[in-house]
Amino acid sequence: MKYRGKAHKFGDNINTDDIIPAKYLHTHDPAELAGHCMEHVDKRFVKKVKPGDIVVAGRHFGCGSSREHAPIAIKACGISCVIAENFARIFYRNAINTGLPVISFKEASGAIKKGDTVEVDTQKGTVKNITKRKTFKIEPYPPFIQKIIKKGRLLG
Amino acid sequence: MGYTITEKILLAHTKAKSVKPGDFITAKVDFCLGNDITAPIAIGEFERVKAKKVFDKTRIALIPDHFTPAKDMKSANQAKVLYNFAVKHKIAHYYEVGRMGIEHALLPEKGLVLPGNLVVGADSHTCTYGALGCFSTGVGSTDLAFAFITGECWLKVPETIKFVYHGKLRKWVTGKDLILYTIGRIGTDGALYKAMEFSGSAIESLSMDGRFTMCNMAIEAGAKNGIIEPDNAAVSYVKKAISRNKPGRRSFKLYKSDRDASYAEVVEYDVSKIEPQVSLPHLPSNTKPVNKLKNIFIDQVVIGSCTNGRISDLEIAARVLKGKKVRQGTRLIVIPATQAIYLEAVKRGFAKIFVEAGGVFSTPSCGPCLGGHLGVLAEGEKCLATTNRNFVGRMGHPGSEVYLASPSVAAASAVRGRIAHPKEVV
Repeated sequence: MKYRGKAHKFGDNINTDDIIPAKYLHTHDPAELAGHCMEHVDKRFVKKVKPGDIVVAGRHFGCGSSREHAPIAIKACGISCVIAENFARIFYRNAINTGLPVISFKEASGAIKKGDTVEVDTQKGTVKNITKRKTFKIEPYPPFIQKIIKKGRLLG
Repeated sequence: MGYTITEKILLAHTKAKSVKPGDFITAKVDFCLGNDITAPIAIGEFERVKAKKVFDKTRIALIPDHFTPAKDMKSANQAKVLYNFAVKHKIAHYYEVGRMGIEHALLPEKGLVLPGNLVVGADSHTCTYGALGCFSTGVGSTDLAFAFITGECWLKVPETIKFVYHGKLRKWVTGKDLILYTIGRIGTDGALYKAMEFSGSAIESLSMDGRFTMCNMAIEAGAKNGIIEPDNAAVSYVKKAISRNKPGRRSFKLYKSDRDASYAEVVEYDVSKIEPQVSLPHLPSNTKPVNKLKNIFIDQVVIGSCTNGRISDLEIAARVLKGKKVRQGTRLIVIPATQAIYLEAVKRGFAKIFVEAGGVFSTPSCGPCLGGHLGVLAEGEKCLATTNRNFVGRMGHPGSEVYLASPSVAAASAVRGRIAHPKEVV
């Protein structure tokens, strides 16, 4: 699969309270959650996102709670995939289970700047910074995870 | 090469002949749980794929504990989803308000999670039960739906970091201080994807409540699970829970790590040097000894949560607060984690101490820990809480601040109106 869009940059330890504050967890309607995505970190984030855009972050993206509302909110506001140096484990499995592509890329913070156009090719195992004309290799998903991704989500 | 306790329990729950860190396995689940925030999505998934029945109605708990007693209409609707599903599928362990307690205090108390078990819960603090010598980990709602249907969960076998705590604890130093100290040393991703195995003489000397607190916060270091080899204290806790509540499943198995087990790392601490700890905003790893903190005035103190809402937590808070008053300008909110803890706190006079000190004593709920209800913070307010996370806006306004500490530091801080060491007050 290929994903292409503009990068929205975030730092380390972006937690699930950042992604979707708990006060909105009295619903799991994707559209309603999407409206509040990242609002504690960047109030205008949702307005800035164009369909297909990519979230690029530092270490430990998605740490904190097990709320599946977090990948649901990111996906529903139009983000095509999340690239981070590494991911918190429950967020990672929630993203895989619900079909939000998550890409571990160690150099994410340095190699991609805010607003760069980025293309991810999971088949080839590459992250391309189109703006900077640079291509990076990424580790392929383990075969077990690939099977879930092929189905689209854990529960088909 | 031998196995760690985590590897042994995982191996016992798969068809595989052997396991090693990094392996993906499909594991049999002994018990699974969800709450009023996570279970509605799981139930939605269960219904979306037209599943007809759950794998075992006695191995599922549905606990409306986060936004209950319902804080608003939408929360009431979510709790209702759990109730309806529980009735339809005859779920044995559904807890209505009045019987409900915070899930991670309630399930051990009821004897529903046992040594050697494999437990998955759609709540990140499911790692709490590792204090009983079981493998328990937080998963998502889709994972929970999958477990409802199949009784299984996919897992990656984690590497283990062994933490050895030597020496004797100083006065007022608790399991909470040890885990905050540890997270402060290794960072919020210091044990990412790994098992944290807690051991050593200081762990053996901890009460079960203190051990639950430590395993509870393993997730705050990024860990998959926290675990402690079960000893006499753990077995006696489990036997009491079983004889009190007579759960359907009563047999359990004690696992210990092999002497030649392989660890990613062994970390040793001398606890005799550790002071009561406080995590400053906005990460649990931002820890400092309490005596290094001067003049941090606070608007609110919360004593409770799945981390520190157990009876020995309330007991130590009551010991500090006895005959004292909460300082004018500071609010004290005490929330026992379960109904049994609530009753015991009433019987033993703790509730009276809290109320006479000028605090409130609330019904069990996760409430303020995640900025839900019963103590949401205004802009600019500072709260010292015995909870587990202090991220930006965790307990309310994004311009508020949360400090994490033990119940005795919390109680002393309520009396002083600023962050204080309990020895200042007692």
